Amino acid sequence: MLKYIKQHMETIDGIAIYPIISLLIFFIFFALLFVYVFRMRKSKIEEISAYPLSDDQPSINPLKSEE
Amino acid sequence: MNVEKFSYDNGIVKKFAIATVLWGVVGMLVGVLAALQLVWPDLNLTSWLSFGRIRPLHTNAVIFAFVGNGIFMGVYYSLQRLLKARMWNDTLSSINFWGWQFIILCAVLTLPFGITTGKEYAELEWWIDILITLLWVVFGVNMFGTILTRRVQHLYVAIWFYIATFVTVAVLHIVNSFEYPVNFLKSYSVFAGVQDALVQWWYGHNAVAFFLTTPYLGLMYYFIPKAADRPVYSYRLSIIHFWALIFIYIWAGPHHLLYTSLPDWAQSLGVVFSVMLIAPSWGGMLNGLLTLRGVWDKVREDIVLKFMVVAVTAYGMATFEGPMLSLKFFNTLSHFSDWTIAHVHVGGLGWNGMLTFGMLYWLVPKMWNTELYSKKLANWHFWIATLGILVYAVPMYWAGFVQGFMWQDFNADGTLVNGQFLDTVTILKPFYAMRSLGGLMFVLGAVLMAYNLIKTAGIGSFVANEATEAAPLLKTDKVHDDGYWHRTIERKPMRMLVISLVVILIGGIVEIVPTIIVKSNIPTIASVTPYSALELEGRDLYIREGCYNCHSQMVRPLRFETKRYGEYSKAGEFVYDHPFQWGSKRTGPDLHRSGVGNDMYKSAYWHYAHFLNPQEISPGSIMPPYAFMCDDELDVSYTQAKMEVMRKIGVPYADSTIASFAEDMDAQATAIAISILEVDKKDKYTDADVAALKKKEVIALIAYLHKLGSDIHKK
Repeated sequence: MLKYIKQHMETIDGIAIYPIISLLIFFIFFALLFVYVFRMRKSKIEEISAYPLSDDQPSINPLKSEE
Repeated sequence: MNVEKFSYDNGIVKKFAIATVLWGVVGMLVGVLAALQLVWPDLNLTSWLSFGRIRPLHTNAVIFAFVGNGIFMGVYYSLQRLLKARMWNDTLSSINFWGWQFIILCAVLTLPFGITTGKEYAELEWWIDILITLLWVVFGVNMFGTILTRRVQHLYVAIWFYIATFVTVAVLHIVNSFEYPVNFLKSYSVFAGVQDALVQWWYGHNAVAFFLTTPYLGLMYYFIPKAADRPVYSYRLSIIHFWALIFIYIWAGPHHLLYTSLPDWAQSLGVVFSVMLIAPSWGGMLNGLLTLRGVWDKVREDIVLKFMVVAVTAYGMATFEGPMLSLKFFNTLSHFSDWTIAHVHVGGLGWNGMLTFGMLYWLVPKMWNTELYSKKLANWHFWIATLGILVYAVPMYWAGFVQGFMWQDFNADGTLVNGQFLDTVTILKPFYAMRSLGGLMFVLGAVLMAYNLIKTAGIGSFVANEATEAAPLLKTDKVHDDGYWHRTIERKPMRMLVISLVVILIGGIVEIVPTIIVKSNIPTIASVTPYSALELEGRDLYIREGCYNCHSQMVRPLRFETKRYGEYSKAGEFVYDHPFQWGSKRTGPDLHRSGVGNDMYKSAYWHYAHFLNPQEISPGSIMPPYAFMCDDELDVSYTQAKMEVMRKIGVPYADSTIASFAEDMDAQATAIAISILEVDKKDKYTDADVAALKKKEVIALIAYLHKLGSDIHKK
C-alpha cells in the first residue's frame, strides 16, 4: 500500500518541507497558547472563573464600576 | 448606575428537561429490548421490531434524543446566566425545541420501517438530514444572538465548548450527509467504499467528540463549579484543554478503520492523534475532579456531586481506553467484538448519563424554587445506576475478551480451534443476559428519577421567567491595557468561531481530501463490476434490514481472519459501494467472502432456508428470522431510478444495462429460484412455483450475497 502513496508523494515538488511546516504550525500554536495562558492576569482569571458562581445575584458590570 | 431588568427563560429549559427524561427512558428501553433479542431471538417479533432495525433506533434515540435534549437543556440554562442575557429570541428557542422533537419523531417513524441510509449514527434519510441542518442553524443563530447581546465582557470557557460544538457538528453532519435522493424515502451516499468509510468514521468518531463530549465538557465546566460552589480548579488549564482537545480530536477518526482497506498512512495518522488525545482528555477530567479539592466531604452528602463525580470518572476511564484501543495491538482484539460495546457504554451510561442525571437533580429544584422531593430516592437512583453500569460493562468486557481470543485460537496443525463462528456466539449468551440486567437497572434508576422530579415539581412552583438585573455592556467600553490576543478572540465571538472552524477543518481536510482525489490511494481491480439490478435491490434490502449492525464486510489481513473467511478485503473491491457496508461489530460472521468462488459461499437454498428460520439451520443462532422476506414481493418500481442515480454518482452503468434491467433481473431471479426449488421440491416444482418465488425479496438478497467478494475470482 505504501508504494502507492510514496509514488504520489514523490511527484510533489519540495514535499520534504511539508512535515516541517506541519510541525511548526503545531508547535507554534501550542507555544503561543501556553505563553498566553501563563501571562494571563490572576485577577482576570479569578473574575472569569467566578462567572458560574455569580449568576444568582443581580450583578453590575465590573468594568463599568471601575470607571 | 444604569442597571437593566430582564429575566431568564426557564420555560425552554423545562421543556428540554422533560424531553430529556422522556426520551432517555424510551431510548434506554429500546436498548434493553435489543439486548434481550441477543439472548432470546424470539423477541424479534415482527419485521419492524427486528434487531437490525431496533439497534439504530436505540443509538439514535440515546445519542440525539436523550443526550441531544440534555445538551439543549444545559446550554439554554447556563448560556443565559453566563452571559447575563435572556436567550436572544424566544420564538427561535421554541422552534429549536419543537423542531428537535419533530426530528426525533421522524426517526421513530422511519428507522423501524427500514428507511435508513445505512451509515452508522447517520441513518436518517436525506430530508431529515436537511431538517437537522436547518434546526442546527436556528440553534446557532439563537446562541450567537445571545452572545452578541451579552452583558458580560468575557466568554466563560463553557461557551467556547458550545461554540466548537455548534461549528463542528454542522461541518460533520453536512459533509457526511452528502447523498443523492432516489425518492422521498431513499438516497445513496455520494461517497463510495473506502472514501465513504473514511468520511463516515471521521463523522462517527467526531459525533462522539463534538456531540457527546465537547458540549458535556462545557456543561461540566458550568455545573460542577455550580454544584460545588467554587470556581473551576484551573482556568488556565481549561483554555489549554479546549484548544488541544478540538485540535487533536478531529484527526482520530481513522482509528475505527485499523487493518481495513483504508490507506495505511491515514490509519497511522489516526493512531498518532488518538494517542495524543489522552493529554487534553485527562487535563479536562482532572480539572473537573480537582475543582472538588477541599470539598470532598460535600460529595458524600450532595447527590448532584455524586452523579457528577462518577460521570467525570467514567469520562477518564473511557478516554484512557480510547487511545489504548486505537493501538493496533489492542484493536486486533477489540474491533468487531463486545469490548467496543463495553467501551462506548462506559462513556454513554457513565459520562453522558450520569452527568445528565446530575444536571437534572440540580436544575429541577432550582427552577421550581424548592428542595428535591426525596434525597433517599435520588440516592437509590445513584447506586442502582452506578451498579447498573458495572453489571453492564463487566460482562461485556469479558465477552469481548472471550470471543476475541476464540476467534484467534489456532490448533497446532494450523486449523482454527473454533472453526464454527456460531460457537463463539452461543458461549456469550450468559454475558448478554447479564448485560440486559445491567441496562434494565439503569433504566429503572432513570424511572425513579422521573418520579422524584415530578414529585419535586409538584411541591414547588415553577419560575418560568426568572427576574434578574445587570448593567449593560456598552459597545464603547474601553479594552483594558492587558488585552492579550486571546481575550480579543473572546470579545469577538465570531472570530472565535472562525478559528475553531479552521482548527477542526485542518484534520478533516488532510485526511479526507487526498483519499478522495488521489486515485492511487484506491488501487482499482479490473474484474470488479457494478452490481446487477437484482443485486442492487438485494443490497438495498441488506441496508433496509440493518444487516451491517451484526455482519461486517471487511476481512482484515490477519492470519486468523483469512483462515476463517478467505482472502482479505481490498480497497478496489468497494468502489461501487454507495454506501459502504463494512460494519463495526460481528455478532454474526463477516460476509465479504460469501459470494461465488469463496470458501464461505453457501447455496441459494441454504440462504433461503436460513432466512426462513435461522435456528433450524444453525441451532443456537441468535439471528432474527426473515420469513417475511420470503413472503413479500420485491418492489421494482424504483429500480431504474436507482440505477440512474448510481450512474450520476459514478457507477458506470451502460445505457443498455439500464434499458434491459427488467429482463436481466428476471433471468437472474429465475435461476436462483430454480436452484432453490430443485433442492426444496426435487423435481416436483412447477413453473408457477418458479414464477412466484422469483419475485420474492429474499431472491434479490441472495443474489447480492452471492456477488459479495466474488469479483476477484473472475478470470
